[in-house]
Amino acid sequence: MRTEAATGVLSALWVLIALPLAGAAVLLLAGRRADRWGHVLGCLTSGTAFVLGLVQFFALRATEHRSVTLHLFDFIPVGDLKVDLGLLFDPLSAVFVLLITGVGTLIHVYSIGYMEHDPGRRRFFAYLNLFVAAMLLLVLGNNFVALYVGWEGVGLASYLLIAFWYDRPSAATAAKKAFLMNRVGDVGLAIAIFLLFAQLGTVSYEGVFAGVDKLNTATLTTVALLLLLGACGKSGQFPLQAWLPDAMEGPTPVSALIHAATMVTAGVYLIARTNPIFDLTHTGQTVVCAVGAITLLIGCIVGCAKDDIKRVLAYSTVSQIGYMFLAVGLGGPAYAIGIFHLLTHGFFKAGMFLGAGSVMHGMNDQVNIRRFGGLIRYMPVTAITFGLGYLAIIGFPGFAGYFSKDLIIEAAFDRPGWTGWLFGGIALFGAGLTAFYMSRLYFLTFLGKPRWTDDVHPHESPRSMTVPMIVLAIGSVAGGYVLKALGLFEWLNPVFGLAPDEHLHAERLSAAAVTAMTLVVVAAGIGIAYAMFLRRPVPVVAPAVTNPIVRAARNDLYANTVNEALFARPGQYLARALVYVDSRGVDGLVNGLAAMVGGTSSRLRRTQTGFVRSYALTMLGGAVLVVAALLVVRVG
Amino acid sequence: MSDFPFLTVLTVLPLVGALVVALLPVGADLLAKRVALGWSLLVLVITIVMCLGFEANGDRFQFVDSYAWIPQFGARFDFGVDGIALVMLALIGVLVPVVVLASWHDAEPGRRSVKTFFALLLALESTMVGVFAATDVFLFYVFFEAMLVPMYFLIGSYGGPRRQYAAVKFFLYSLVGGLLMLAAVIGLYVASKGELGAGTFAFQNLVELNMDPDLQKWLFAGFFIAFAIKAPLFPFHTWLPDAGGQAPIGAAVLLVGVLDKVGTFGFLRYCLPLFPDATRSFAPLVFALALIGIFYGAFLAMGQSDLKRLVAYTSIAHFGFIAIGCFALTTQAGTGAVLYMVNHGLSTGALFLVVGFLAARRGSVLVQDFGGAAKLMPLIAGAFFIAGLSSLALPGTNSFVSEFLVLIGTYTVNSVVAIIATVGIVLAALYVLWMYQRTMQGPLNPAIPTTLPDLTRREAWVIGPVLALVLALGVYPKPVLDIITPAVQATMQDAGASDPTPTAISGGGK
Repeated sequence: MRTEAATGVLSALWVLIALPLAGAAVLLLAGRRADRWGHVLGCLTSGTAFVLGLVQFFALRATEHRSVTLHLFDFIPVGDLKVDLGLLFDPLSAVFVLLITGVGTLIHVYSIGYMEHDPGRRRFFAYLNLFVAAMLLLVLGNNFVALYVGWEGVGLASYLLIAFWYDRPSAATAAKKAFLMNRVGDVGLAIAIFLLFAQLGTVSYEGVFAGVDKLNTATLTTVALLLLLGACGKSGQFPLQAWLPDAMEGPTPVSALIHAATMVTAGVYLIARTNPIFDLTHTGQTVVCAVGAITLLIGCIVGCAKDDIKRVLAYSTVSQIGYMFLAVGLGGPAYAIGIFHLLTHGFFKAGMFLGAGSVMHGMNDQVNIRRFGGLIRYMPVTAITFGLGYLAIIGFPGFAGYFSKDLIIEAAFDRPGWTGWLFGGIALFGAGLTAFYMSRLYFLTFLGKPRWTDDVHPHESPRSMTVPMIVLAIGSVAGGYVLKALGLFEWLNPVFGLAPDEHLHAERLSAAAVTAMTLVVVAAGIGIAYAMFLRRPVPVVAPAVTNPIVRAARNDLYANTVNEALFARPGQYLARALVYVDSRGVDGLVNGLAAMVGGTSSRLRRTQTGFVRSYALTMLGGAVLVVAALLVVRVG
Repeated sequence: MSDFPFLTVLTVLPLVGALVVALLPVGADLLAKRVALGWSLLVLVITIVMCLGFEANGDRFQFVDSYAWIPQFGARFDFGVDGIALVMLALIGVLVPVVVLASWHDAEPGRRSVKTFFALLLALESTMVGVFAATDVFLFYVFFEAMLVPMYFLIGSYGGPRRQYAAVKFFLYSLVGGLLMLAAVIGLYVASKGELGAGTFAFQNLVELNMDPDLQKWLFAGFFIAFAIKAPLFPFHTWLPDAGGQAPIGAAVLLVGVLDKVGTFGFLRYCLPLFPDATRSFAPLVFALALIGIFYGAFLAMGQSDLKRLVAYTSIAHFGFIAIGCFALTTQAGTGAVLYMVNHGLSTGALFLVVGFLAARRGSVLVQDFGGAAKLMPLIAGAFFIAGLSSLALPGTNSFVSEFLVLIGTYTVNSVVAIIATVGIVLAALYVLWMYQRTMQGPLNPAIPTTLPDLTRREAWVIGPVLALVLALGVYPKPVLDIITPAVQATMQDAGASDPTPTAISGGGK
């Protein structure tokens, strides 16, 4: 894909990143002085970045190649390694910039109300700004190292925000877990970068993509799998999914922005961005699809069993990103479909998270959906906006998810060979499960009879919170149709090496057939949820179960147990054992040796007087010997 | 300005300062502190002027000063710096005033003289400058040993409860290494005499020698063990946690931040150029020890309950990366290793300094005496966190650049070593974040008095410049890289190594 140097308003691309970064710096350095106006500054930097991004988006449309680069400075130039800090603004990064700053700004505004009574609100806005800056660098970088800097930067912001209420041990632990599991993925990404440099001598996208055809298949597959490992860590995909539900310890706006709409989709971005690599490795693509399919099932199954409103949404995110992975793993026209779902998901999931926050706001921060019920009468705006998001995610005809998710299922069935039937079947089954658990969530929260604890007085949230919810709800309703009608696919396709008008032409199952099947399973999911949770009274304590699947689902499919048994506990034992070895073994040997020498020297020392002086004397004697030896050599 | 004898002045000036401080009247403690601070700042200014005058692409050794010393066997006061030594001198110049200011009250509670403490710091600065500035191997050896003396007294007189044990252990370890090196230095002299006719200690001449590979191995071993103890590499490391744990904070910063770098500096200056064949034979052993060190240091750091020892063990893990970078023999890895030396001095220095702030408040450096402390002292917690991020090499901080360079440069020649080392970055995140969690997060430990103050103005001046450098070098490392790279390239040339061409480009990919 050809690219040109940025001119005009596009040469101000760096401002997109600099604005929120400066906001974060000011808010952190100004201290309490900024407590009164800090949130306003936070919203302004993000909002300005959105407006600027919009202007630049239209400027990009007017350029010839619709792809511009901007060189900022030499970052790490050593020998043959040339790492620039450069930005790439193309259709793919442009839609991400708008998503990040757009949804980001809405969530900044929402947070004004949500965090109003929190003494750390200024710090919260500083971290949000930091996140926006890092995420923009991630999607705008024109090389793998700049991506990596943003990649770990969003990890830092995520850590800080999950641990925002750091005096809660659970929050601190969840933040650490998130950072560590992300780092496991980062190892993969880092090694992929090393490998590309060793093979191709460059780390820029342009250089790497121009040289991929020189790589042999084994190398390509290795690079693809390493990139996938990085993507799995950041996006909470199997086997690194366990951190994402725990990340809900952070304030709810964080869950909406970082752990639903933007950061966790970075893995999808990475695979889409590196499409020239994945296109050349069928094995790599199959693994991406498999990871997506497995993860979407895990997310759905666990989502059915959780009673915590945020955790249900978190697992739903895990599952929806699984759909996106499946799409980008399919390649071809499905890349754009994956990004399409990423965008619609950004609207409806962020909206639902904000809705969940609104519910918690009105319910004394309770999260147990068995203790909700009937809230639609008390917080109608929340219930309706959440409901629109709910209809979008289950793929109700006409809503955003209907357009994006059905296309993924259709594309999955169309994959040649038996894997197409498998991935398509899983995606279809997942749609049914999604309808079931999301209906369960909606019914238990907003419909049915109240099952509240005695101390709650539910009320609607303030305007600063409901307005962002309404905006996102509009996106949930119309986003799918509008994005498609505006030509999202035509806009994105060139990035993936396709002609703008290249669309999915399903050959195995027609679009109509897939839609019909999907509607049937979705209806079944809703129906079962209706029968179980709306027609029957709901116990406020989860009934004990003997069904092993339900028990496994309630325990996150034992992901934490496995991590604990495989890594955490052996690691602790190893650390303890090594401390012992070091003090008794390695150092014991040294001290034993010292004692032996000491015993000898204490006998020798009788002729001497004291401590350091004796060493000094030895040194002097040694020095005399040395000089003597040198003189001998010189003479000899 | 180029005629100004920068290196002689930088070596002698702190020593004069030490004498001046030591000769101040008894009881003039505040004056002693002020003189020491002023003096170290003067040294910093001269260092900065020198750095600005350094031509990155000029001669390999610049600011050369040479005086006769022991004509009988050709030992001279030869000073000169390449880019590698220059950045180390810059690190010394920055850290000493920081340490003087950080140690303002540290010598007061003890029974020993306050002014002597500051005199020792300046004396230490003189020997540290000398060891990096010397281009005569014998002179280098003398400074190498002389460094021990002020550090021995700093630890033994002003350290923690087990200071005597720690000081003697530090001294003995270094002495053993030093003696082995001395034997090798003499061997080198003999070898030069055999080949050149007249014996010499001058690096410039020694590097031209074509030594027999077997002889190289013996001489290499002498230097290597001395440097491996100093660095320290596993399994020569056990003196470091004791010395770092018992040393007063200021001395610990200089010990781990600068003194230990003499070891890795020695690898690059002496082992690689003088013994290229031996370097190749021993490289696998070094890689093995370094990799063990990365994991061993990390796990031991996790197992510590004493913050100073914890930081010392993290250093052992970091030294593993530096050693790998030195012996990978590529421009990127070598440059990364040198930058890592500087960065580690800053990041570990910052960690030690913050631990010092905590110790001064709480009277303890044990992890269990903290917990939730961020509530009481958010600024100190923030400084601790940024220092920790630098230690775990987060992009945007200085250490990322150096760790990235070491790993990517190593990968091009030895992918297995690079991959194993890369796994170590997960452990780095674990020990740093766990340390932070146990001390700063969670509910406030009820045993902590709630009256403890946050960062004072003096402490802000101590930690502020260090953290500013941590971030500045993380975002724009180019000026420093431009200084280091030519020196590393010259070193690699001496070692007979050249960077591999990219595999796929050279046709090996398909």
